[in-house]
Amino acid sequence: MVAAINDALDIALGADETVHIFGEDVGVMGGVFRATDGLQAKYGVERVFDTPLAEAAIVGMGIGMGLAGLKPIAEIQFAGFLYPALDQILSHVGRFRHRTRSRYHLPMVIRAPYGGGVHTPEQHADSPEAILAHTPGVKVVIPSTPADAKGLLLSAIADPDPVFFFEAIKLYRSVKEEVPVGDHRVPLGKARLVTRGDDVTVVCYGGMVEVAQKAAEAARTAGIGVEVVDLRTLVPMDTETVLASVAKTGRVVVVTEAPRTGGFHSEISATIAEEAIEYLRAPIVRVTGFDAPYPPFTAIEDVYRPNPVRVARAIKQVMAY
Amino acid sequence: MTPPKSAPTQPEASETDLGYQAAQAAYDAAQQDTNMVQIVAPDGSVVRPDLLPAPDIRLALYRQMRRARHFDERGWVLYRQGRLGVFPPFGGMEASQVGTAAALTKNDWLFPTYRDTGAALTLGLPIARTLAYWRTSPHGWHMPADLKVLPFYIPIATQYPQAVGAALAERRKGTRNVAMAFIGDGGSSEGDFHEALNFAGALNAPCVFILQNNGWAISVPTRTQTRATDLSRRADGYGIPGVRVDGNDALATYHVTAEAVDRARRGEGPTLIETVTYRVKPHTVADDPSRYRTEAELEGWDAKDPVLRLRTHLLQEGLMTEASEAELLAEIAAEFEAALQEADSYPDPTPAEILDHVFAEPTPQLRQQRAQILAEEQQ
Ligand SMILES: Cc1ncc(C[n+]2csc(CCOP(=O)(O)OP(=O)(O)O)c2C)c(N)n1
Repeated sequence: MVAAINDALDIALGADETVHIFGEDVGVMGGVFRATDGLQAKYGVERVFDTPLAEAAIVGMGIGMGLAGLKPIAEIQFAGFLYPALDQILSHVGRFRHRTRSRYHLPMVIRAPYGGGVHTPEQHADSPEAILAHTPGVKVVIPSTPADAKGLLLSAIADPDPVFFFEAIKLYRSVKEEVPVGDHRVPLGKARLVTRGDDVTVVCYGGMVEVAQKAAEAARTAGIGVEVVDLRTLVPMDTETVLASVAKTGRVVVVTEAPRTGGFHSEISATIAEEAIEYLRAPIVRVTGFDAPYPPFTAIEDVYRPNPVRVARAIKQVMAY
Repeated sequence: MTPPKSAPTQPEASETDLGYQAAQAAYDAAQQDTNMVQIVAPDGSVVRPDLLPAPDIRLALYRQMRRARHFDERGWVLYRQGRLGVFPPFGGMEASQVGTAAALTKNDWLFPTYRDTGAALTLGLPIARTLAYWRTSPHGWHMPADLKVLPFYIPIATQYPQAVGAALAERRKGTRNVAMAFIGDGGSSEGDFHEALNFAGALNAPCVFILQNNGWAISVPTRTQTRATDLSRRADGYGIPGVRVDGNDALATYHVTAEAVDRARRGEGPTLIETVTYRVKPHTVADDPSRYRTEAELEGWDAKDPVLRLRTHLLQEGLMTEASEAELLAEIAAEFEAALQEADSYPDPTPAEILDHVFAEPTPQLRQQRAQILAEEQQ
């Protein structure tokens, strides 16, 4: 997946002179995950550059660049290190169009690797997407396949509004597939049906999609048809696709690796409860992380992050209701 | 649309200079800086006899430097054997960490970053606990009751304002205890660093800020990080003393830090100390520095090695013989192996432990989540 992201950034830099990429270690080193590998050599140090180590300034500077007509693409090295920039994000990123009555807008993309599954140190595995989704005026995108990563990133870059683009660290090198060449786009706000089935809808995104897929396969061998819906974007959320699936299956499992309380899974569940309660044949079940910091303890990290067994169990639970 | 042409934000990266020369040049330039405190020159000769610490202190510093070096070297081997997780080495920075932390007592606070294993060991963090931390075991998070050392900080710069708070609390309680916080040259770009220095000055907090300038923030040399060339002068902006010291000279780092600690204890406020050193090792044991520097370029760093420098000095002064050193090294190796055995004896955490220590009283939600984990374990 990381190659697909690199490809998208390369295409964007080649197509539009206003595109600028910056962040910690994105230049000479090509990013700690190599997402920007080779781009500084190809496009120069003015367009792809290393910044000092300061997330608030990375985002704040990006805001200024965007207001003044450039296309900033900032990288935050790990989503867990977005926090120093939260003042800039919560106070400003989503508000410019609104507070200037569209005189100014912010065509900025902020990329951040997120999530667990690869045994990182403390705070490197956080899933803070709900904080961003809860911030008016920003879009939130989380791809689950290489082709989607490329297509969604190019759409995010073309978008006139600020977009947070979360990349599941677990998927960077573990998933491989052919990716369409050239300016491949996947529209924001359109979910993807990963598998089709009549019995249970599993709503998920990013790193949880392959987990849900494995659970769906296991369920299929047990004769249960599971429809896995990959949201792709949390904001805007493709409510229509989710509700259409729920209307068909009547049973819902929502999967994220974020902490349980106040997560985006709750938003998904509430939306379904509000809009489709009459179709529900069982209570919605959430499979999530826990209300504790993501553990860096290699021996038990996997307890925190939902796995196919936990999702399969939830599928059984909604079937048995 | 054509973007406006502006001055390049950083020097061109070329095949021959991937930042390495910038970092090395900055180190060498600092070594020429006559304001930089140095007591023993790289060749072991004494340049400031008037500042030499007492012989027993010099020997104690050597012992701690060797303990730290031993941890770093054995850590690499243990990592390769799969007995230690990814950890950030600090070999080459022992003088910067040991000399500074050695100026504290156990009543003082230490706020170390992930890189500061050597400082934590010096203040007394048990080797077994330190190994456990880098093994990703919760046993590495249990700090001894007689120490005020925080677990290694992973997010950068957050520890700086916290140290100011701890220092103020000590003053409010009427003690003479101080707080010491570490940060890197990269970390000194964060807002938290600047806010903390300003607070500490404004509130006269008994704080000692150590800024280890090791030339790098992962792949970014200090020259790309900031246009400032003397980071100790950042103190000027906040009205507090700034001291620049040879970070590879343990006697010098000890001397300036002990002075700063004394000043803080006397109620004279905070000090910023820039230790000019160099990160000889990769960023972490898993980092591949060939992306930004070539290993061949590291030749010559042995001559600047802080451990060897103090060794030469001690041998020249007759404070240590090769025989007494051999005894010391054997003792340190034995201490380490005993600690390793202790760390090996710590049990693996159990699944429900991921929910421990979130609140004093678990919330109903946490209780339910614990029940869920236990139930799932049964299945
Ligand atoms: C807030 C925050 N941003 C980014 C990171 C990722 N990161 C870890 S170490 C590092 C470089 C730090 O360099 P420096 O402060 O000079 O310390 P050194 O590693 O050289 O000791 C970065 C960017 C982090 N840990 N925390």
